[in-house]
Amino acid sequence: MNRYLLPLLAVVIMIPILVMGLRSDPSELPSQYIGKPAPQFDLPTLKDATKRVSNADLSGQVSLVNIWATWCGGCRAEHPFLMQLSREQKIPIYAINWRDNRPGALAWLRELGDPYVASGFDEDGRVGIDWGVYGAPETFLVDADGHVMFRYPGPLNRAVWEREFEPRIAELSK
Amino acid sequence: MIKKITLFAALVLMSVPALAIDTGKAFEDPEMQARYERLIAETRCVTCQNQSIKDSNAFIAADLRREIRRLMVEGKTNDEIADFLVTRYGDFVLYRPRMTGKTLALWIAPFVLILFGGVALVRVVRRRMSMPLDDEDKAGGASV
Repeated sequence: MNRYLLPLLAVVIMIPILVMGLRSDPSELPSQYIGKPAPQFDLPTLKDATKRVSNADLSGQVSLVNIWATWCGGCRAEHPFLMQLSREQKIPIYAINWRDNRPGALAWLRELGDPYVASGFDEDGRVGIDWGVYGAPETFLVDADGHVMFRYPGPLNRAVWEREFEPRIAELSK
Repeated sequence: MIKKITLFAALVLMSVPALAIDTGKAFEDPEMQARYERLIAETRCVTCQNQSIKDSNAFIAADLRREIRRLMVEGKTNDEIADFLVTRYGDFVLYRPRMTGKTLALWIAPFVLILFGGVALVRVVRRRMSMPLDDEDKAGGASV
């Protein structure tokens, strides 16, 4: 009996570890900024290169920071939902237009609508790297003190919004 | 025939540099260039995982190469560059993660497993050694 004990113990220990491995998505990188101040940024806006958008604009309110680009398929997919969100006026949406070209991005906003309070124009992608972005779209939830509360990689939609964002926003506005 | 094969092989070999991602040199100084190549080979491409940023054409890889080059030009040490990457992307971004509380298991696990395997091996060998050598001798003996 004793000789089965060790292998059995090993299996019992390994199973939860392996199950955890199966459940986690290895391609999903957790943001390093959860609970920490949002990385500094100060960018010219997409619409007017003489104006700036920076961390200062985010403070005093719970807001979203959406990373998007015209080359990004997921961004097109989530755009109608972002338009809905902005119409509902639940939360101000700021954006970082990441590694894009200005005329193309402006045409996109004209064509599909502009859900953003302001889009920063991050032409060379440095702000994206500072924010730990690894693919577009990504959406950060930033609290009134400028701390990153949550980051969602991938396109937003109603289901993701209700599951991931609404409870967190409700928690913040308590 | 052999000539043709030789020619073909030569052409194939000549095309290899075309497959490289960064054909231009980042640094004139060979020592800096070597250091740069080591750094980019040890940095994981965050969007095309399982590739280093040296091997990837994704533009986030190009951006990270550019950032590493910039930091080197600014005179940052390898540790400071690793800090820069880990702050933004976590330990995952380094192919050789540093030994911290979070990555300790990664570093220790192989040795624990080797120890475990070694102990098991010794036990099995010892048991086998104490068994009779020939199958015939085993007749009537306990089968294991």
